[in-house]
Amino acid sequence: MSSMLVLAIVAAIGVVAFFIGRQRAVAQDNGSVKPHSRAHYHGWWAFLLAVLPALLLLAVWNIGSSVYLERHIHAALPERTADSAVASEALDVSLVKSLARGLRQLDANTQLPASFAELQPLLAAKGVALATDTQDYMIPIAVEANAVQDRLGLIGAVVTLVLSIAGAFYALRQVAPRARARNNVERLMLWGLLAASTIAILTTVGIVLSMLFQTIQFFDSVSPASFFFGTVWDPRFAAAGSGGSQGQFGLIPLLSGTLYIAFVALLVAVPVGLMSAVYMAEYASPKVRSVVKPALELLAGIPTIVYGIFAVVTLGPFLRDLSAVLTGGSPFIQGQSIFTAGLVMGVMLIPVVSSLSDDIITAVPRAMRDGSLGLGATRSETIKRVILPAALPGIVGAILLTASRAIGETMIVVLAAGVAANLTANPFEAMTTITVKIVNQLTGDLEFNSPQTLVAFALGITLFALTLVMNIVALYIVRKYREQYE
Amino acid sequence: MTDIPLDTMVRAAAPARRDIGLKARYAAERRFRIYGVLAISVGLAFLAIMLITIVSKGYTAFWQTTVTLPINFDEKIIDPSNKRATDPDVLIKANYPKLADKALMAKLGIDPSNKPMALKLKGFLSEGARVQLRDIVVADPSVIGTTRNVDILAAANLDSAFKGQIDLNVEEARRKVSDQQIAWMNQLKADGTMAEHFNKGLFTYGASSRPETSGMGVAIIGSFYMMVIVLLLALPIGVAASIYLEEFAKKNRFTDLIEVNINNLAAVPSIVFGLLGLAVFINFLGMPRSAAFVGGLVLTLMTLPTIIIATRAALAAVPPSIRSAALGLGASKMQMVFQHILPLAAPGILTGTIIGLARALGETAPLLLIGMVAFVADYPKTPFDPATALPVQIYMWANEAERAFVERMSGAIIILLVFLMAMNITAIVLRRRFERRW
Repeated sequence: MSSMLVLAIVAAIGVVAFFIGRQRAVAQDNGSVKPHSRAHYHGWWAFLLAVLPALLLLAVWNIGSSVYLERHIHAALPERTADSAVASEALDVSLVKSLARGLRQLDANTQLPASFAELQPLLAAKGVALATDTQDYMIPIAVEANAVQDRLGLIGAVVTLVLSIAGAFYALRQVAPRARARNNVERLMLWGLLAASTIAILTTVGIVLSMLFQTIQFFDSVSPASFFFGTVWDPRFAAAGSGGSQGQFGLIPLLSGTLYIAFVALLVAVPVGLMSAVYMAEYASPKVRSVVKPALELLAGIPTIVYGIFAVVTLGPFLRDLSAVLTGGSPFIQGQSIFTAGLVMGVMLIPVVSSLSDDIITAVPRAMRDGSLGLGATRSETIKRVILPAALPGIVGAILLTASRAIGETMIVVLAAGVAANLTANPFEAMTTITVKIVNQLTGDLEFNSPQTLVAFALGITLFALTLVMNIVALYIVRKYREQYE
Repeated sequence: MTDIPLDTMVRAAAPARRDIGLKARYAAERRFRIYGVLAISVGLAFLAIMLITIVSKGYTAFWQTTVTLPINFDEKIIDPSNKRATDPDVLIKANYPKLADKALMAKLGIDPSNKPMALKLKGFLSEGARVQLRDIVVADPSVIGTTRNVDILAAANLDSAFKGQIDLNVEEARRKVSDQQIAWMNQLKADGTMAEHFNKGLFTYGASSRPETSGMGVAIIGSFYMMVIVLLLALPIGVAASIYLEEFAKKNRFTDLIEVNINNLAAVPSIVFGLLGLAVFINFLGMPRSAAFVGGLVLTLMTLPTIIIATRAALAAVPPSIRSAALGLGASKMQMVFQHILPLAAPGILTGTIIGLARALGETAPLLLIGMVAFVADYPKTPFDPATALPVQIYMWANEAERAFVERMSGAIIILLVFLMAMNITAIVLRRRFERRW
């Protein structure tokens, strides 16, 4: 019996239980006792008891049986010899598994040939492609594995259905005017809500653990010191199985590229964003604000890939040609450069800075503003001497949040910053960033366990740690600041 | 106060005008204002320049040049040995480009035996003609032996030339279209055989190595699947989590931890979610690479914090009087939340969800890591089949060198921006219409 069918039957049992439960509750309400819960809560309680335990069991059973099956295949495989045709035991097991899956596609009464060479065309006719190093001895094992799987599936289905019906009966027996069905249902709902809110934690744990494991694996082949303090980035491409060529994985050129570009971006975004926020909050008439604010939000809604393409297709060549005209010959700005990438990223960050600082500036109490203006200060003096100093901690937090966005930004730098890992101080040359290298190392056909691929996770965890610290400090400052004036 | 002489008071009321630098201060005030206006203008000017350059590069992508030719589906070329009844492969492998070339030569009045001239025709029609004619014949084999008008795509270079994008002053050897081909093009243009049509293919074709037959069909379907998955997962989970945190959670270490987590996840670089997807969904759980399903899961995790933050704000905005009223009438806390608070907060939740979806639709970096940069020519039938996404398709076209791809890329950006703008405007309108201030 397939899992889908079992699921459908369980759902059907749940629906039937719902209606019976509700019906029973209605029938028992003869007006003599005031019922505790409304009738449909009895129905829902019956539904939940019929469905939830059964689903839980089915899930656990499926996981358990796939583990059991794997062990079973493992035990059935012949002892490995040194000249085994297949590279590893894990590969052996996975070959048998895909063979077993393929055999299911065949008609039930097909006579199975004993050798793989004869079997392959039969399977190919059904559209099943198998690896060529599948061995003859695997066929009987696969047949047996299928039989075991069928048996396990049947037992699981029967137990699930029995549990479902039992749950429904248990709930239906409980239906009584004073039974607290609503409280039961609501308690389960509360658990559901709690489970949903833990997903945020699970995601963080998932991020940290997944990257940590790969990073530890990476540090098996490359020492942490040469990663964190290395000044040369030259990973070399390792073809599958060659293993010999060892690249150099120095973080320093990537980190300095990342920080340099982020710095240029902040140099653009902070003054412009801050000044527009100040103007919008203190000077602009409501009419101007109602036009300009959505327009700036529009700037924030444009995907970063569009900025990246603008940088590489339009702005980069334009700046290169411009610099060629200025010097009257060879251009001093390269097509892909720190300057171009930083400039475009800065523009992308303008709305981020301005909306964050807008909130902060408007949070400065009216009384401070009025006091300063009442003493005869001009508006700009009030802003420069009173409002900005008062808002400073919040603005620093906003800048930190923006910087963390700049460091983690990917598509603009992938397109506009270049891929060469240089160490240079000239903003008109190309430099590369951590995010660019993560993308570079993971797109393409690389062997998954080579350091060339694993280094992406080490870079990722560095990036995560960097932004995490900045975010937490920034959020802390912003929160503290808000409390100060509330 | 009483013993101050009157004349001193008068004098104090009208002091001599001292120079307190008012002129300089007002000048500083004006300068400051100008800085503000400049800052805003810089942002808006950049927005304008970006949109103008993209639209001016991309609007031509919505038109495509085709050549209308009377194709004679000659049995001698398609099926010379008359085996199609027994061997269906014959119809698939037949030499269809020859049909198109013959029709074109007849139209231009070129003698087919004139080899040098015939050679110059190479690269005039798209290679896609093969597929186009094959599909016609396979769908309806009775067409063999008849003549029928078919709109055949011109090759990308001819398309560019037709749209006037190729500089004809460059010497012939250095451009991709020969003078002879230009002459033919003008001849066909004059008699109306060659014309621009609306480019349906841009929306329906999958990946292709030839610009004229490549389109965003696969990417649109992939993005659609992902948006559906994000909506189905992120909305219920996000709303449930917000309800718990806003209405039920007691203030303790655990809820503090969840809160810090959500705020931090909202600021984690998107590429990190891609690494998570690669390590957990693909390597650990063995899900297929390049599948829209995995993309949807990754984008769900990325969108969740946005939705949770928006939903919590919407829930918190519902005034306490409504809570008290519901509880006072005997509703349980759960009934109060689901029957009173949630409906009142729905517009805010919806707005936050749409904005989150718009962000997810434009996101590229995490999708690159889970293998969605793939050459997918066929439509994905389920979310588990290989697919691409709109922004990833744009990225892939950005890496192609040919100018026709740049045109398509800009066209794709226009479409993506139209989608995003429609979503954002919907969100703004919803907010304006349903927003209630208590």
